Order: sequence, then C-alpha cells, then structure tokens
Amino acid sequence: MDYNIQKIRSYFPVLNQKVYNKPFVYFDNAASAQKPVQVLMTEERLHNDFYGNIHRAAHYMADQATVEFEAVRIKLQKFIKAGVREEIILTKGTTESVNLVAHSFGEKYIQEGDEIIVSEMEHHSNIVPWQLVAGRKNATVIKLPFTDSGELQLDVLEKLINHKTKIIALAHVSNVLGTINPVEKIVQIAHQKNVPVFIDGAQAVQHIPVDVQKLDADFYAFSAHKMYGPNGVGVLYGKRKWLDEMPPYQGGGEMISEVSFEKTTFNEIPYKFEAGTPNITSVVAFGSAIDLITEIGLQNIGKWEKNILTYAASKLKEISGIKIYGEAPEKSGVISFNVGNTHPYDIGMLLDKMGIAVRTGHHCADPVMQHYKVPGTIRISFGMYNTKEEVDLFIEALKKVLVML
Amino acid sequence: MSIEEIQQEIIDEFSIYEDWMDKYSYLIELGNDLKNLDQKDKNDQNLIKGCQSRVWLVAEMKDGKIYFRGESDAVIVKGLVALLLRVVSGRTPKELIENDLHFIDDLGLKQHLSPTRSNGLLAMVKQIRLYGVAYSKIAD
Repeated sequence: MDYNIQKIRSYFPVLNQKVYNKPFVYFDNAASAQKPVQVLMTEERLHNDFYGNIHRAAHYMADQATVEFEAVRIKLQKFIKAGVREEIILTKGTTESVNLVAHSFGEKYIQEGDEIIVSEMEHHSNIVPWQLVAGRKNATVIKLPFTDSGELQLDVLEKLINHKTKIIALAHVSNVLGTINPVEKIVQIAHQKNVPVFIDGAQAVQHIPVDVQKLDADFYAFSAHKMYGPNGVGVLYGKRKWLDEMPPYQGGGEMISEVSFEKTTFNEIPYKFEAGTPNITSVVAFGSAIDLITEIGLQNIGKWEKNILTYAASKLKEISGIKIYGEAPEKSGVISFNVGNTHPYDIGMLLDKMGIAVRTGHHCADPVMQHYKVPGTIRISFGMYNTKEEVDLFIEALKKVLVML
Repeated sequence: MSIEEIQQEIIDEFSIYEDWMDKYSYLIELGNDLKNLDQKDKNDQNLIKGCQSRVWLVAEMKDGKIYFRGESDAVIVKGLVALLLRVVSGRTPKELIENDLHFIDDLGLKQHLSPTRSNGLLAMVKQIRLYGVAYSKIAD
C-alpha cells in the first residue's frame, strides 16, 4: 500500500513536540484530532483575503466568502454522498446536530406516550437530547442493549419497535467500544416498520467511507474537529422530506424569509436551520480537512488505522490481567481497556508523564461503564498519522507504569 | 509544627526527586501506605464524587481539633490525599480557615487540582475548608 506516513506526519507540526521531554504520542484522536497545516493556512488565508459575512452583503469580500462557504457544503455532500446540497446543514458540532433533530423532529412528530429507542452504547450527547424531548412530550426513551462483546442486539430491536416508536438513535461507531454497528441492517429493520433512524457518525466518518443514501439513513451527524478540521463546526445530514417538514430549531437571521411582527415566514432548507452568522472561517477550513482526507483516500486511511488497531490489540493482549472492552469483529478507531485492579486514572496520569496522551474515565458514556460495572477505562484511539512505532512506545510505557502501580 | 511548616517540609521531601516518575513513585508509595477507611465510612455521605476518581473524607471534632481520614480509589489521588491529611488533620478550625493549602501547586502537581480533572481532590480541598468554617461556627 502506498501510504506516505512521513509526508502525512509532516502536515501536523504538533506531532514533533516533546512532552515532559519525551516524544509526543497522541492516542486521543477520538476526543479530537490534531490539525494539519492545510487547515491552519486556509483559516489564515480567509482572514487575509476574503473575509466578510456570508449570504447577505452585496460586496466583493462577502461574495467571495459565500462562495467558499457554500463550496464546503458541496464537498460535504459529496463526502457522504448525500443526494442534494440542501440536505447538508452546518451546525457547531455533532452535539448540536443531535439537539437540532431531537428538538425539531420531536416538536413535530413525538407525542405523549411515544417511544424513542436509543442504544446502550451511546455518548451522552446522543442520550440526553432525547431525554429532554421525552420529558417535554411525556414520551419514553427505550434502551437498545448490547452484548458483553459490544454488539447491539438486533433481535431485541425487532421486538422493541412498535407503533409508538417514533425514531431510533444510535452511533455508527461506538466511542468507547469501537464497534462498527450494522447501521444499514438497522435502518432496514426500522424502515420496514416506518421508523426513521438518526445516526451519530462522529466516530465513523474519519475512518470509514459513508454513503448516506446507501445506508438510507434519515439523519446522519458528525463533527469537523474529529476529522482534522477546526473546532466548533459540525454537520447534520437529513433527508429532505424530514427537513422540509420539521420546524426551525433556533430563530435569528439567515433562517427567515420575511419577518413582520404579525408573521414570519421561514427560509428554505438548509438555511431554515442555520440561524445567525455561522463559524465562517472554520467551515471553510473544514473544507481543507476534507480535501486532505480525500487526497490520501479514506479507504487508505482506514486500512492503515486498522493495521495499527490490530497491532495494538495484539500487543495489549500479551499483558497479563488486561481486559479489553469491545470485542466485536468489526471495530474501528478505539481500544478501551483496564489492567487488573489498577485504576484508569493512575495509568493515564503516568502515561501522560511519559509523553503519551490517552483518555481515561467514562468517556461521556456512563451506561457503557454501568454495563461492564467499571468506574472507567483507558482508551487509546488512532488517527491517520499514528504509527506502529508509537504503539511500541505506548506498550513499553504501559509496562513501566504497571510495574510502578 | 504549623500548617505552613508541614507544607514546607513536604516540599523539601519532594525536592530530592528530579524526575517526574520518581515524584509519582513516591506518591504511589504514600498512597499504598495510607490506611484504608473502614467500609462503613465509605458511604455516600462521605463520598466526594469526581468524574475520574472518587474520594472519601471523614471529619471528627475532638478537643477543639478536627481529625480527618480519607481515601481514594485511584492510588495517585490517594497519595495526594495522604499528603493533605498530614497537613490538615488535627488542626483547629481557625488554623484551617486561616491557612492556604499551596503545597500541591508548589510540587508541580497542580493539574490534579484542575476543575477539569475532576478527580475529587479539588472538591476535597474545598470540603476541608468548609469543615473548618462549620466547626468554627459550632465552637462559637
């Protein structure tokens, strides 16, 4: 495979940093990925060359900024193979995308006594917004459980869906277990009973190619900052038939067609859901992150990361007392584990002092911790720039840590 | 020894460790040496819940002084708890209110007290002070 790792690493200056005088190993990509020079340069270029508020002003700078901004929408449409550009809504992150759907879809379609099915392996941000709408509407959030190996129980799903089920929300890839959920199959099951599906793709889009039309997903959300893009930008894909019918999420400029004190008419999608001035420079810079991923090839990145994941898992399994959470055959991006009776916080702190950045704790997924009855785990997660040599450094450091504890 | 003197003594003890790992080895040793609380003391009332690790803190007033006992489920945090107990246990409420606990910062271990770490330690430091304030009111 032609994967020029040295060249890719050169795009990310931060990787050359020393932390506590040790080479810096960044294994917390599932929390946020590092930013390449391409993204940083675009942000700067926009500020220097083209800055103005988009969609409104009739002047050169604003026009140029609008062109660049809208070009990213089309890039995103192509990236996830959405049917039309209007189905791509720019938000401030996956969390806002979930809240938007929970609020606006809930407002229109969820009534008292209805049910919302949410998987047990969700990040809190794909649980709490649904609980909020359920609270407002006197509806119920129903748990779709997973097995100890970290796989959703599809046979249970079939039994859970009934005439009261209004929507199913689940992650494409689990942020703790790394499981790639069979979303296509789940959408099929749901659609047979006319139930739409919301997919949280925050841990998927940077690792595996996504085709929302092939998946037949009703909604699909993700964040720029986990795909080497800037912070504060997210995406919501929604099928036009839903987005047209759903009421606005927030009021403000951009999202209106005409305003009077008697009556306001709303703009068309996607603008109906984009109230206020968006994060213009970050959205445009996000375009450069998409370009980089496309240039290297998501297939290639995925294959590279899979190799590292498999290598890391095999090395970890040689350590006595290791327990890996999530052993689904289809995994991506992350490995969560504990060792014997050691506390994840202790391991994380000591690894940090050896220059290795990992995540410890509950990973904003308390129900997963409750499932395994642990206070937390250590999670390592990979990006396009990680290497097997870094895995070796990590394993060596982990062994030292375990001697100390 | 005053609270200030003990803090200085701890800072001196740590000054022999140049390497981070040696500092942490010492903290782990202190954590392992700290006597565990009785199971009955590890109740919700004494629990200071952090999102990363948990800390339990028990306070008892005797002859005008507050005696603290504590524990954590993470051994590094437990080592820090041991240091804190050494400084604050057996003090009068007045001493607790009047003295600043600065030694953790001075040891370069401030990150354990950052609100985002949320390992329960910052809340423990606040709780110790609150006990000082509360018992000083009772003593009045």
